[in-house]
Amino acid sequence: MMKELFPRKQVIGFIFSLVLTAVALLVYFMDMSFAVGMTILLVTAFIQAGLQLILFMHAGESEDKTTIYTSIYYGMAIAIITVLGTLLTLVWTYQFQ
Amino acid sequence: MEFFERFAVPHPSPAIYASMVAIGLTVIAIFAGLTYFKKWGFLWREWLTTVDHKRIGIMYLISAILMLFRGGADAIMMRAQLAAPENKLLDAQHYNEIFSTHGVVMILFMAMPFIIGLMNFVIPLQIGARDVAFPRLNALSFWLFFAGAMLFNISFVVGGSPDAGWTSYFPLAGNDFSQSVGTNYYMIAIQIAGLGTLMTGINFLATILKMRAPGMTLMKMPMFTWSAFIANIIIVFAFPVLTVALAMGTLDRLFGANFFTSNNGGMDMLWANLFWVWGHPEVYILILPAFGIYSEVISTFARRNLYGYKSMVGSMVIISVLSFVVWVHHFFTMGQGAFVNSIFSITTMAIAVPTGVKIFNWLFTLHKGKIVITTPMLYSLLFIPLFTIGGVTGVMLGMSAADYQYHNTMFLVAHFHMVIIPGVVFAMLAGLTYYWPKMFGFMLNERIGKWSAWTIGISTLVAFMPMFFSGLDGQARRMYTYSEASGFAIWNMISFIGAAGLAVGFALIVYNIYYSFRYASRDIGSDPWDARTLEWSTHTPVPEYNFAKIPQIDSVEPFWDQKKHGKKLFEGELEKIHMPNNSGIPFIMGILFFLWGFSFIFAMWIPVIIFTLAIFGCMAYQSFEKDHGRYIPLEEVEETENKLGGNR
Ligand code: HEM
Ligand SMILES: [Cu+2]
Repeated sequence: MMKELFPRKQVIGFIFSLVLTAVALLVYFMDMSFAVGMTILLVTAFIQAGLQLILFMHAGESEDKTTIYTSIYYGMAIAIITVLGTLLTLVWTYQFQ
Repeated sequence: MEFFERFAVPHPSPAIYASMVAIGLTVIAIFAGLTYFKKWGFLWREWLTTVDHKRIGIMYLISAILMLFRGGADAIMMRAQLAAPENKLLDAQHYNEIFSTHGVVMILFMAMPFIIGLMNFVIPLQIGARDVAFPRLNALSFWLFFAGAMLFNISFVVGGSPDAGWTSYFPLAGNDFSQSVGTNYYMIAIQIAGLGTLMTGINFLATILKMRAPGMTLMKMPMFTWSAFIANIIIVFAFPVLTVALAMGTLDRLFGANFFTSNNGGMDMLWANLFWVWGHPEVYILILPAFGIYSEVISTFARRNLYGYKSMVGSMVIISVLSFVVWVHHFFTMGQGAFVNSIFSITTMAIAVPTGVKIFNWLFTLHKGKIVITTPMLYSLLFIPLFTIGGVTGVMLGMSAADYQYHNTMFLVAHFHMVIIPGVVFAMLAGLTYYWPKMFGFMLNERIGKWSAWTIGISTLVAFMPMFFSGLDGQARRMYTYSEASGFAIWNMISFIGAAGLAVGFALIVYNIYYSFRYASRDIGSDPWDARTLEWSTHTPVPEYNFAKIPQIDSVEPFWDQKKHGKKLFEGELEKIHMPNNSGIPFIMGILFFLWGFSFIFAMWIPVIIFTLAIFGCMAYQSFEKDHGRYIPLEEVEETENKLGGNR
């Protein structure tokens, strides 16, 4: 009975998202190269976003599951294409010419 | 006195002073008229506070037509200035301001509200819903758009118009080269209207996904709804980029940031990049609903179902992805080199393919059809050849090596006018004529309608074809004059004649509205075109709740099946109907946003803070307000249905 009432998943998720935040903060407090810092930030940010969407915003729990996931994937694809395309046109192309 | 100096126009002329007086007098006349005829209460109850998608749609359409005339006046002035070499009608500064505002007004405050207006009116009817998913949000969208549009439009009499082009490229748009508040108007007014558009996008996605009548699967949606669905997906993913770019531009101009400056680590090319990351999807946001209108009109008046429904849907889904991967074709000449340009050249060629698929689908629909030429159909038939000219020249521009020749010449200007006018404007005129009887209960006169369609069609060619030639000869865009020796004079004179012809065409439309309002028959039934989709199955005038009984759908053309094959659309008993209440909050927020934006533009921080708080106050009020809507009692529903000619 108690087991069912206790929101185990949510509490663990909450602790995990605090840990992710702490790890991201390390980038500020510790001395590390730009590349390492950026990698940590990107990785923790994506895990954090996933956690929030799936666990706390219940993305997969309704009949609209497919719609919600389709739009998330579509959005991610567009964002990644835009960012990579922008880097390509404004930065990388000048480095490799 | 010093305080008021900032509102002076930096580069005045008699025409601007005359406009000030005219605007002042019009405002006084409107207020006096409303007071004299005691219409304030009516206006407030029926329109300003409405959350009804049909009325919001009509308000969008009225705004769009008003803005069409504002933008049209700009256009005539530009063409008149260029009609002869070394002309002195406008000076360089005025010409800069006019082409900048012309572009913004036409794209953001004419074409956008036109499509959003038609979407508002048509989509809930077409999917058998009683309103959009979030009616009050819809009203807020409209009032934010309207606040943005009005803010932008007062720029030329208060403080000065933007003059860095509708693309507002930095560093030209930065403080060093654009010192007046003009570009602040650009940043803030478009920001406010853009927020409204983003909300519309979310609202219509939710509406189309969640509010369809039972039985209407995605693949049974009418083509206009499909096209609007895809357009709204693009809105939701493209407009945030504009929001961010405008915010960064605002920070640069008003708070000394260095995102787009050419020193302190700023990068001016980033603006061009972000602008077109939004800008190219934006042209597809405009064209897709226009395609949707053509699909409806062509299948109605070819008297058959649309050829290739699935390939139509498929090509739009492909466009929704491809439209996000071509943006660099707007600045092939910026220096990113052959490799990058080639990538974006190829994606650009690719996007012409699904566009071509749609053209062929319409042609096949026509091929087997029994064509009836009405005014909306005439626009659609004129659209096909004219738009093809625009599309083919688009592919020419898409070849990056060749674009070095065409870029920023009149050839480019001719391209986008030949896609936007036959593509979007003709569609909007077709849609307006087609849905007019559903909106207002009478038809527009067909004879005058066809005259205007032919006038506008021919004038479009006369106005824009010469630009292809003068562009290839080297006439640059955005130049306020040219020499006699350049040889451009003849092309520009022809162009001016075309522009005048367009003005005549639009004047004919206005006359048609007046004429039909006075003389047209009011006894037209609810399906005057013998159409096929659901929006024609309800009464005219459409009752507030759209459908007394929610229809049961089992095909793409449910209404046609009902008429021709005796299928039952509406079954069951009448019931009381739940509807949302009107609200004054969206209108009030629109006014607050207008004042907020105005203060922001002039960097008057105390009012900015006050209006910001007031806006948050409105949002807090909304959050805590208990409003569960209301029921229209059964007796009232029965009475309305009987009065409108029996329940269906
Ligand atoms: C057949 C598909 C199309 C192709 C391949 C195409 C290609 C292009 C290219 C390459 C340019 C940039 C040229 C330059 O700056 O030198 C351009 C500009 C433009 N196109 Fe298209 N286009 C297409 C369809 C459309 C449509 C459907 C619209 C609008 C409804 C549109 C609106 C515009 C506008 C507004 C510009 C110019 C913006 C400016 O610089 O002010 N195009 N197009
Ligand atoms: Cu483009």
